[in-house]
Amino acid sequence: MSSKPRIVITGLGLTAPNGNSLGEFRANLLAGKARIAVIDVRHMGPQPAGVCDFDATKWQKRKEIRNGTRVGSISIFCAREALGDAGLDWDKVDKSRVGVYLGITEHGNVETENEIHNISQFGNDTKYWTHHHNPRTVANNPAGEVTMNMGITGPHYTIGAACAAGNAGLIQAAQMLQLGEVDIAFAGGVSESIHTFGIFAGFKNQGALGAHEDPTKASRPFDKNRNGIVISEGGAIYVLERLDDALARGARIIAEIAGWCINSDATDAVLPNPERQTECVRMALQRAGMKPQDIHIVSTHATATALGDIQECTALRTVFTDCPDTRINNTKSFIGHCMGAAGALELAGNLPSFEDNWVHPTINIDELDPECAMPGLVINQPVKVAKVNAILNNSFGMLGINSALIVKKYGVA
Amino acid sequence: MTKDDIKQVVLDIIADIAPDEDLTAVKPEVRLRDQLSLDSMDFLDIVMELRKKHGIEVPEADYVQLASLDSCANYLLPKFQAKGK
Repeated sequence: MSSKPRIVITGLGLTAPNGNSLGEFRANLLAGKARIAVIDVRHMGPQPAGVCDFDATKWQKRKEIRNGTRVGSISIFCAREALGDAGLDWDKVDKSRVGVYLGITEHGNVETENEIHNISQFGNDTKYWTHHHNPRTVANNPAGEVTMNMGITGPHYTIGAACAAGNAGLIQAAQMLQLGEVDIAFAGGVSESIHTFGIFAGFKNQGALGAHEDPTKASRPFDKNRNGIVISEGGAIYVLERLDDALARGARIIAEIAGWCINSDATDAVLPNPERQTECVRMALQRAGMKPQDIHIVSTHATATALGDIQECTALRTVFTDCPDTRINNTKSFIGHCMGAAGALELAGNLPSFEDNWVHPTINIDELDPECAMPGLVINQPVKVAKVNAILNNSFGMLGINSALIVKKYGVA
Repeated sequence: MTKDDIKQVVLDIIADIAPDEDLTAVKPEVRLRDQLSLDSMDFLDIVMELRKKHGIEVPEADYVQLASLDSCANYLLPKFQAKGK
């Protein structure tokens, strides 16, 4: 990608179940602090879930919150925080040259379920169905809410990419910046999934919904006794710019986008395919001009399903042979699976490693599954390393969508 | 149910759908849109809440009757009375 403009990250805003800023999130990842609540899911009762507690009124009027969606509020919070982090002089920014690209796993289920429940209280008479339904459920809703809140008049849309969506949002933004479609991009991933019972019931009936008497231990990728996914909400939105633009305005450069790949299994709707995952990671490395040995952190996608974790480990063991300086970790063990936000949040929690050289662990491993054993897997305690110059962020999703995104420390060849 | 009661019913609905608005000094004779930040979707919310909470139907042709608190009271009073309220 050397002939194309270089793309850098200059700002970041997030909300995760265990933090509403990168500093808080990172501190909890290094301290081994998971935060999973038990919520009452319609028709299903108590379930472990990752719940965010950001203050939506910080950036929205109460009427905006009422008329919009939960994921709209998550998106606005993250985008506004990212703007502040990027240090942009917003009044002077040409808003027609700003784009919003947000990855989503699904959208509209929450509002649709709510309205079905609502009209069930009125004999299923559709005259009680809210007129807010369509603006709330159109697929561009979260990105559109950001543009209305911030006065952005450039392009906005969401990228539907199942649980690979966080990476896909960032990749879309990088491509649009390289094409010159926009000068500034707000991009990442968002999710409100804990507010739809359908996703809980779907995973439950698939035998893939995580459970544990201690909710903070319910999400335990790579553990021998893992039993499925903990569903969470969250968001992470980045400010991306072309390197030359960032340098011209004296921006603080957090990291550089080095390479990426999105490919498809073309085999099964839910079962992952390690061969395609391997190809995805290798293609991302090739595009970044890197060898496996150049990657110092692999942020895994593993969701704590019985087969999925093994499949990803199989792919990683294939690529990362003879890589003594490569560490492997997982964030879902702390915050559950934030669905559309997962990839973007998981990358965010690792970015400070470029500066502090600490690698956060994957936690909740009481007994490592031998089929998930990998050299470099950071288990339960963070490790200090000599250097972190590049991070590979894996995110995979249903219908066989794989994404691998590589970011590198700015200024490192 | 008096006209003042009906005005309070409408104000309570507006308090729910437009929670940022200061409703302490709403002039009953002035159009709601001219003194509050309300759009067409908000008026549809008022119609929906009258339907849900009070069983009152406001046909689309009569939406104009909801312009002010006074016009709301005049228009809705017989409807509430017909409900025995």
